[in-house]
Amino acid sequence: MTSVQLAQASNAAVYASMLTLTLAMIFFAVSFAAGRRRVPAATVAAATARPGGGVGTAVLTREESPAPQALEPGRRSANIGMSLTWLSFLLLLVGVVLRGVWAGRVPWGNMYEFSITGALGVLGVFLFLSIRRDLRWLGLFVVIPTLLWLGLAVTVLYTEAAQLVPALKSYWLVIHVAAAIICFGAFTFSAATAGLALARGRAERGQGTVDIQGWLARMPSSERLESLTNRVVAFSFPLWTFAVVAGAIWAENAWGRYWGWDPKETWAFITWVVFAAYLHARSTAGWRGSRASWIAILGWVSFLINYFGVNIFVNSLHSYSGM
Amino acid sequence: MTAPPDVEVPGAVEPPLPPLGTVGLLRWLWRQLTSMRTALILLFLLALASIPGSILPQRGNNPIRVNQWIEENPETGPILDSLGFFDVYAAPWFAAVYLLLFLSLIGCVLPRVGVHLRALRTPPPPAPRRLDRLPGYASFTTDRRPSDVSGQAAAVLRAARWKVRVPDDPADGWVAAEKGYWRETGNLVFHLALIAILVGVAVGGLFGWKGNVIVRERSGFSNALTQYDAWGAGRLVDANRLAPFSFTLDDFRVEFERGTAQRGAPRLFEADLLVRATPGDPGELTTVEVNKPLSVDGAKVFLVGHGYAPHVIVRDPAGTVTFDDTVVFLPQDGNFSSTGVIKVPDSVPSLGFNGLFLPTRAFTEQRGGFSVFPEADDPELLLSAFRGDMGMDTGVPQSVYELDTTDMVKVGLASMAPGDTWVLPNDSGSIEFVGIERWASFQIAHDPGKELALLSAAVAMVGLTLSLFVRRRRVWVRVRKDDAGGTLVQVAALARSEAVDLDSDVAEIVNRLRDTTDRNAGTDGALDGEGRST
Ligand code: HEM
Repeated sequence: MTSVQLAQASNAAVYASMLTLTLAMIFFAVSFAAGRRRVPAATVAAATARPGGGVGTAVLTREESPAPQALEPGRRSANIGMSLTWLSFLLLLVGVVLRGVWAGRVPWGNMYEFSITGALGVLGVFLFLSIRRDLRWLGLFVVIPTLLWLGLAVTVLYTEAAQLVPALKSYWLVIHVAAAIICFGAFTFSAATAGLALARGRAERGQGTVDIQGWLARMPSSERLESLTNRVVAFSFPLWTFAVVAGAIWAENAWGRYWGWDPKETWAFITWVVFAAYLHARSTAGWRGSRASWIAILGWVSFLINYFGVNIFVNSLHSYSGM
Repeated sequence: MTAPPDVEVPGAVEPPLPPLGTVGLLRWLWRQLTSMRTALILLFLLALASIPGSILPQRGNNPIRVNQWIEENPETGPILDSLGFFDVYAAPWFAAVYLLLFLSLIGCVLPRVGVHLRALRTPPPPAPRRLDRLPGYASFTTDRRPSDVSGQAAAVLRAARWKVRVPDDPADGWVAAEKGYWRETGNLVFHLALIAILVGVAVGGLFGWKGNVIVRERSGFSNALTQYDAWGAGRLVDANRLAPFSFTLDDFRVEFERGTAQRGAPRLFEADLLVRATPGDPGELTTVEVNKPLSVDGAKVFLVGHGYAPHVIVRDPAGTVTFDDTVVFLPQDGNFSSTGVIKVPDSVPSLGFNGLFLPTRAFTEQRGGFSVFPEADDPELLLSAFRGDMGMDTGVPQSVYELDTTDMVKVGLASMAPGDTWVLPNDSGSIEFVGIERWASFQIAHDPGKELALLSAAVAMVGLTLSLFVRRRRVWVRVRKDDAGGTLVQVAALARSEAVDLDSDVAEIVNRLRDTTDRNAGTDGALDGEGRST
């Protein structure tokens, strides 16, 4: 393939991915609309093991999500939505890989490339977690922001492929950015579940668990959502720590100091501290529930501030948006 | 570590009022400081206190912008300055937050180390009376003898690396076990490693130094304080005893993107240095690139920037050469429009020039002259000449990048290409623009704390991973005769940290017990001594 064809193929794959993601969104929305009728609250799993019942050593039990009900309305369209999300993930993967082939390097040289890879991270974390548990209820809340994100990437942030600026030519880039992108996916996921936990928690306090109406009835209980948030943060916090340390090693190699309070570094630190606060809040009286959820959202917001704010508005060593 | 007994219970929220008396008050303050809630609040404060430093320019990174900012905001600027907002990360209030946080951490973690060491030596508690009320529970019946089954249970648990306790009287018919001590170990290691990172940072801050220097092509640098353009060092550094290395900038190569996408973005820059570890050394040729610093004698030399140094020759009216050198011009934008100053005190009268160098020139009515590409494709040197007293004899140190024209007379303005000579009006002599050389700027740094910081960070990550992924839990097995004459085996589990899948623990133990009991039942109750399940 010629360079032009590669570029066109990469862009086409990204657009195709957005198209399938839009379809996925429609199907998830249909599933939601179907579920607007009152549905019994999430079944509370009885904590009894079935002796010899073949429960494996899997970390995540099948009770984690509301037990799928045989005739749950909207289930078919939710299934289609999941399949379309997988398709969209694969198409986006093709788009990102072709972009890298076109540029002849890792596809992380400017904000457009970071953004499409970030979207890949969000979908990847969501789909990975959905292998082990039923996350159909979350689909809409992952697909909509990803779609908006990709829309932003292809319109505002789009940049022609070019080589890397010298400071970015390092294998630490690959390690650091790969870790950060997975963290971005996971933090987005935990912000989504934290937001849902807040909404659901408010409804539970207002109406009681059993009488919740509308779309919130299709969500797991706020306690479950909070626990899910906690697990995802517990997974991403060490990874984020690693990303920050890898970044520090890289900075030491490139600029002669491992930490210089450059705006980008400062916001990475702030994000880290906020998520450490989240983990502490989970074991502090009066903070476990909705306050912890707010902290998880705050951590994600500070990640976004780092991404948009610092790349575009602040004069930083790290500003290479390519715009 | 989220052992339910250790966690503060929602509802018991309000701390008691401070007691009277100094000792009581101090003890109360200490307890407040080392509480989880305080840690949480201090973490938030730390995040909050970091923000202004990312918005306002900082002295450490960009002193010139700081001065500009203060000039542009004459009201708020000085106030913010006196409060340390332009050097946030060295400000006393920032230090107060992190020192309190670490004090809290030490006060919190050290006692927990003791508690944990004791817990490691203490056997798990005996089985509670009603196992079926615990969150993880299963039971089954077998026709094996109760004492055989409980012996079996202890063996199965030990084989699965649980810490096991059996009752003093085996006839009591229970086994207790606990697992996941690494969680707390990891947590403690993590928090202690954070302290070690801070120590590493402090060592670097006290004993480290860092300097910046601009070196023109074919000229040299030797590591002494006087050679640096900018220099900063920790309090305990002896600046007179720096490592005696030196180097010469042999060649410097730079390339920029010429394609349409990101035109002008840097693509390559590297410098060839002839490095001498000690003054008499023959020297060794090394290439320094971004991301590939040079290590010499405990210091690291980083290539951080570059620019142009026009070469000019100045002659006095009689034709005698009064100046013949390259002059460092500082880049002002991405296309390397660069400004610089040429001072010729030896001419009579003494001459000074304010210069603008454009590597690839362009001109519009609104903007005047500017550069459109960073490479010297079509270079131009714009000079405005002054003559008279430059104030160089007043004893006040002058910047080489500024010309004090207060006592000088403007002579004229000219635009020159390489090779051009400008004969100055009013019999002031001439200036020749010979050509262009490059310069590279280096940051040279010595940080004796970074190895400790890196090692501690690695230890912290291992500890963190353990503390977040190991799950701590207890199980109990109780065995007794049931009403029908068989043996009832109850297995129950309790989580001592979050997100524990108790059911799978219980199920696994039940399965193993049934495997071994069934197999042994087949051999008519002859229990092998170890009872290991296969
Ligand atoms: C530099 C600041 C600190 C950071 C970055 C930090 C980070 C963390 C992290 C990531 C965890 C999660 C581990 C887990 O859930 O098991 C944790 C847990 C914990 N931290 Fe800190 N910490 C800091 C300061 C403190 C301080 C000052 C205290 C004492 C007041 C403290 C006490 C604890 C305790 C008791 C836990 C265990 C929570 C539990 O039971 O799950 N930490 N810390």
